[in-house]
Amino acid sequence: MVLLSLWWLSPTGDALDVVSAFWRGSFGTTSAFFSGTLVRAIPLALIGAGLCIAFRAGVFNIGAEGQLMAGAVAATVVGLEQSFGPLQLVLAVLAGALGGAAWAGIAAVLKRKYGVLEVISTIMLNFIAANLVAYLVRGPLQEPTAVYPQTELIATSARLARFVPDSRLHLGILLAAIVCAGAWWFLKETAAGFRVRAVGASPSAAAVVGRVDVPRVTARALIVSGAFAGLAGGVEVTGVTYALYENISPGYGFSAIAVAILAGLRPNFVPLTALLFAALETGALGMQRDAGVPSVVASALEAVVILATLALGSGVLKRSLAGQAA
Amino acid sequence: MSDVAPLLEAAVRTATPLLLAAIGESVTERSGVLNISIEGCIIAGAYAAFVVGGAFPAAGYGAAILAGAAVGMLLVVFSVWRRLDQVIVGTALTMLALGVTGTLFRARGGAVATVEATEQALVIPFLSELPLIGKALFAQPFTTYFAFAIVPLAWWWLHRTHAGLALRAVGDSHEAAEAAGIRVGLVQTGAVLFGSAMGGLAGGTLVLAQAGSFAENMSAGRGFIAIAIVALGRWKMTGVTVASLGFGLAMALQYVVQALGWRIRYELVLMIPYVLTLAALGVFGRGVAPAMLGHARPAQDGLAQHEIERAQRRLHLPPTRSSIWTVDPFGASVEITQYVAAPARNAPIRS
Repeated sequence: MVLLSLWWLSPTGDALDVVSAFWRGSFGTTSAFFSGTLVRAIPLALIGAGLCIAFRAGVFNIGAEGQLMAGAVAATVVGLEQSFGPLQLVLAVLAGALGGAAWAGIAAVLKRKYGVLEVISTIMLNFIAANLVAYLVRGPLQEPTAVYPQTELIATSARLARFVPDSRLHLGILLAAIVCAGAWWFLKETAAGFRVRAVGASPSAAAVVGRVDVPRVTARALIVSGAFAGLAGGVEVTGVTYALYENISPGYGFSAIAVAILAGLRPNFVPLTALLFAALETGALGMQRDAGVPSVVASALEAVVILATLALGSGVLKRSLAGQAA
Repeated sequence: MSDVAPLLEAAVRTATPLLLAAIGESVTERSGVLNISIEGCIIAGAYAAFVVGGAFPAAGYGAAILAGAAVGMLLVVFSVWRRLDQVIVGTALTMLALGVTGTLFRARGGAVATVEATEQALVIPFLSELPLIGKALFAQPFTTYFAFAIVPLAWWWLHRTHAGLALRAVGDSHEAAEAAGIRVGLVQTGAVLFGSAMGGLAGGTLVLAQAGSFAENMSAGRGFIAIAIVALGRWKMTGVTVASLGFGLAMALQYVVQALGWRIRYELVLMIPYVLTLAALGVFGRGVAPAMLGHARPAQDGLAQHEIERAQRRLHLPPTRSSIWTVDPFGASVEITQYVAAPARNAPIRS
């Protein structure tokens, strides 16, 4: 059915053409796979792992997009400095995580102190972050010639090394793997991870039976997921773009929701689903380039995957997402 | 002074789609459903109005309402009937609507096509001549008047009819409402459909009365803003109206700033409404949300009241007595529901 609709959308009306364009864009060539799909999977996996933790705690962080941008800004500011020496890369990536955590922290404080729903505040913070980046790259952080709306390139000592030579694949992929494994271990093996799962399954039971400080756990889950999204922003800047500009994220924060949901909110499956959605997106770009099918179709497909996964969903999804918004 | 009248006029114009969507959203939220997909309803309504409305604007509004309600129906199926998480489903539906409209728009090569004529403003004679507020209030497109007319109607319906009371009861306690014989799923279905139809109408307004054409992602977060407006207006019709107008004013500032050439960055002006919302939510938004907001309807435990009643009618059992009292201790309306259990079937009946 999906293929049929794609065929209908293609101006040439040749189904094989569309499929081969999708394949060429996602897996077909080594450059497409290493420089396109895998590179795109890195931020998706980083954010997705964080969203697993937040959603497991019943916290609806819709603001990963804004947290990613906050992280990208922080990493760029550190990366532009010339005086940090060999530690600059580490500092820049850490600054990214801190930036994302701080951005999510605003929503966490608003929720705890003033009872503002995180769904609303994180969405508002998305808009604020997007406008803030637009302002920064045209104002204080604009490159010296003041022609292009972007920053200068960050210092070479702040750039992530290539993982595979002659491709755009950078060391961030190791970081993504480590973060996913860490999130998996955290949820499965630690007491704090157990508290997160308990709160998500039933806040009242966790508070009464387990004497869990529910507001504290949810606030921390929100901040941690923000840190992961900020990390993704830092990795994008230090590994891919080397500069800050307006559309630094093609909606990673929203695609990552699909990544986390399809993984059943289990971080150990996140790398796989991140790769899948990255392939979907690069494949869609390939279809647009070679077969004229609009690439925004990827966003519709992601939505269908989310809905289908939820509808057919497993026990973990049902328990954690049993409607504990607000 | 000469700048104030155009600013007010722009504020009311900008506020119209926000108000339409926010009225719909507040009714939906009063029934306990958080409709994040209102953004998707708006973009779907905008696209439908764009496709249909070129020839007949009236049909365009109808198509917009239907398209919005169609998105809402998906939310009903997944979140009300299947009880899946409202936030995730709503976010997915917004992505779906943005993706589908964007795809169709690009596939039709639609970038050049525009709606033939933007709907003209309905100028009310004499009143529109009033200084300062004349143009703002009495020279607006039809949907603006419609939006302001529906505010008191919605208030009256919510607070002065049994159906409205049932809807608010559902939003405050599923179990109490269910036990009082209210069909929770049905009420929420109606509330979501109304809200999403209003969202669709808001999208139609964007295309038919304002932009005159469609652009990908042209809803530009208005649905999300409407959700914030509802919280800001404390889920009350008057509050929602005031918040919509305030938001319209904050957004209209961007036109004024451009016109006046103030020395402030455009991007920072665009940020103002969102920052104001967060600040205002922090100050005003505390703890007045419907208790059931965002909670999935609980799986049914035993028979629903309406099923019991039908069985009682069929089997000629004695009817259940149930009653609802409304008390108003602190100025906020609070419904307390009390049920009187039906006597057991073979209990001795005193005469």
